Amino acid sequence: MTVPPIPARGKASLTAVPGGQGRGLAWLALPALLIFVAFGVIPLFGVFALSFTTWDGLGEIRPSGFDSWRAVLTDPGLPHALWVTFLVIALSWAVQTPASILLGTFLAGFQRYRAVLSVVYFIPLLLSSAAIAITYKALLDPNFGLGAGLGIPILVQDWLGEPVLAFSVVIFVVSWQFIPFHSLIYQGGVRQIPRSMYEAAEIDGAGRVRMFFSITLPQLKYTIITSSTLMVVGSLVFFDLIFVLTAGGPGDATRVLALEMYKRGFQANLMGPASAIAVILVLVGLALALLLRRLGGRDATHSQLEGA
Amino acid sequence: MEPRTTSRRTFLSLSMGLPLGAALAACGSSGPTQTGAGGGTGTTGTGGGAGKATYWYLTGQPNEGVRTRAVERFNKANPNAGLATTTFQNDAFKTKIKTAIGAGEAPTIIWGWGGGGLRSYVQAGQVDDLTSWFDQNAAYKDRLFPSSFGAATVDSKIYAVPVEAVTPIVLYYDKRAFEKVGAQPPQEWGDIMDLVKKFNAAGIAPFSLGGQSRWTNMMWLEFLFDRIGGPEIFQAVYDGEKDAWNNPAAIDALTKMQDLIKTNGFVKGFSSITADSNADQALLYTGKAAMMLHGGWTYGSMKEEGGDFVTGGNLGYMNFPPVSGGKGDPSNTVGNPAQYMSISSKATAEQKEIAKKFFLTEMNSDAQSKDWVGITQVPIVKGVDAQFGSGADAPWQKFVYDTASNAKSFQQSWDQALSPTAAEVLLDNIAKLFQMSISPQQFATNLNEVIGK
Repeated sequence: MTVPPIPARGKASLTAVPGGQGRGLAWLALPALLIFVAFGVIPLFGVFALSFTTWDGLGEIRPSGFDSWRAVLTDPGLPHALWVTFLVIALSWAVQTPASILLGTFLAGFQRYRAVLSVVYFIPLLLSSAAIAITYKALLDPNFGLGAGLGIPILVQDWLGEPVLAFSVVIFVVSWQFIPFHSLIYQGGVRQIPRSMYEAAEIDGAGRVRMFFSITLPQLKYTIITSSTLMVVGSLVFFDLIFVLTAGGPGDATRVLALEMYKRGFQANLMGPASAIAVILVLVGLALALLLRRLGGRDATHSQLEGA
Repeated sequence: MEPRTTSRRTFLSLSMGLPLGAALAACGSSGPTQTGAGGGTGTTGTGGGAGKATYWYLTGQPNEGVRTRAVERFNKANPNAGLATTTFQNDAFKTKIKTAIGAGEAPTIIWGWGGGGLRSYVQAGQVDDLTSWFDQNAAYKDRLFPSSFGAATVDSKIYAVPVEAVTPIVLYYDKRAFEKVGAQPPQEWGDIMDLVKKFNAAGIAPFSLGGQSRWTNMMWLEFLFDRIGGPEIFQAVYDGEKDAWNNPAAIDALTKMQDLIKTNGFVKGFSSITADSNADQALLYTGKAAMMLHGGWTYGSMKEEGGDFVTGGNLGYMNFPPVSGGKGDPSNTVGNPAQYMSISSKATAEQKEIAKKFFLTEMNSDAQSKDWVGITQVPIVKGVDAQFGSGADAPWQKFVYDTASNAKSFQQSWDQALSPTAAEVLLDNIAKLFQMSISPQQFATNLNEVIGK
């Protein structure tokens, strides 16, 4: 999922290129805009139109009014999928954010060993979701996995077969995969905090914990908003990882909205209802992104640098 | 072979004379990316574009090898009008073929499982009616298992050529485990329940099951429905009869199923095991589970991956036992009666001719039968049992051949027989039934809602 870039305001883009012709540079955005329209906007309208039709993916597309919407909105599966999606968003945010802030703050130092560690921590992000899911699935297998292999009884659980356990595994694996990325954002954020603030605090006799809560955390406010937006909108469309790891199971315990959409569209051949779910996904995503921007306040996109 | 090739070519060059044929040939020259089948495309001396027919098939040895060799033989015999092939993995193929057909980009030869999927192609007008072709080639048709045509037939017309091998669902067991607890293979359902207690007491899981794949659980229901109520129970669902799932025999079967789950009939953690990783088979051949209900296709992979489990004579197999008082004939079986090949309606006349020639000369041919037999499978050709010889796999092949040809009813796997829409609801509810999160009655109610959809 990509988040549309926040447009730079007013003169900011002019100052970005010293001596550049701002007006002329606007044309540079044209190819990106065309691609966005061709692969983003037009399909969006296509999906919206499809949600008012009946199509099995093979034959004719026939208009059917609100039938697909009625089918989706009256299906008890929808509130369940929404709830699961919300839980995934909330829990993965709650796990990832503190961990990423702490890791990012730790990695913001300039010692060499931290540089080495930050490379190591970054590795999970380089792996594809499908590969991660397959690996975890093998490791968690109750009969041939890690627990059975090493003879550790506590690890021999029906990890992906019990609803609560399966859900926890999803949150864990999602966090394992994406904490590196958010740590990187926080590392950058912490490094932007002026050193003078810490020096002043040191003179006032503040300890490390005090400095973290009184300087680092408040200064990271906008980084937190950015990272959370990426996290929330990203979790909304989790598909590949959950699809491979649990396939929405056991039963429908981990069936998120994106998975529900795929199952209806491509497995059950119901493109109309699948499109309706896709529209719902877009709306929920937009609402969440706007909400987070509200929370960040109007000045969220302004630079926090001294003198800027 | 030679005279036929000549006459075909004459026919082709004749059809090229027609403007329609030329127009169609022009359309055919631009298709999806084609691989393999070296050289020989494009314009030839006979005039017009002698395009190739396209054919997509599944990867995964040893079956892939049989499919590849058939194409190679055909292309060698037809250097100017052969097949251009692309290969896919099983699950990727299922989505890809649907999308391609929907987009009008289907390959000439549409490979599939027949049944409900084929029916949806037929309803969308995407595949050709092959009934008259079979009438013209009656000898060809008569050589194949009659049971293989059910899943190729929609509204009494045949839309697909049955090909490849027959794979009924079989009850496998580990002879070592039975020796260990001093028991005999089950003769009826009551024995199964007794065996569950015995094996659990001995610390061996009674049945292996890759429950996350869902269709694995379905195989159990297919047999229980058949043994308790006979094939009519599912036939009623297939025919779209109202409330067909409410049949008392169906409820009885679903209840028996949940009883088996409640008494720990299946390996612990079965709902997180998938069949595509073959972990369920591994449980059987490593001695962790005593029995497994699975498709005939697993014999080959257990032989390959299971060390000396198969070659050492430890694998036992049998047809699913009867349920006492049940109406179903114990010789009945379920599973995949064959694989199926249809011809895309969007293909050019020329491509269609190539495809038909491929069916006639290569599919179900003696050379191919030999290939399938060579990898321990049973091709759907009558009298192929004469080729089994006296090798180590011959008893297995004989068993599959007899099961398939003696079955009073050979029911196609439910998820293939039903429409994709109904199949998805079915698999979903089967997963919930096995999770014990819905009752048999709820299962029936949920499925009654999608009957005929």
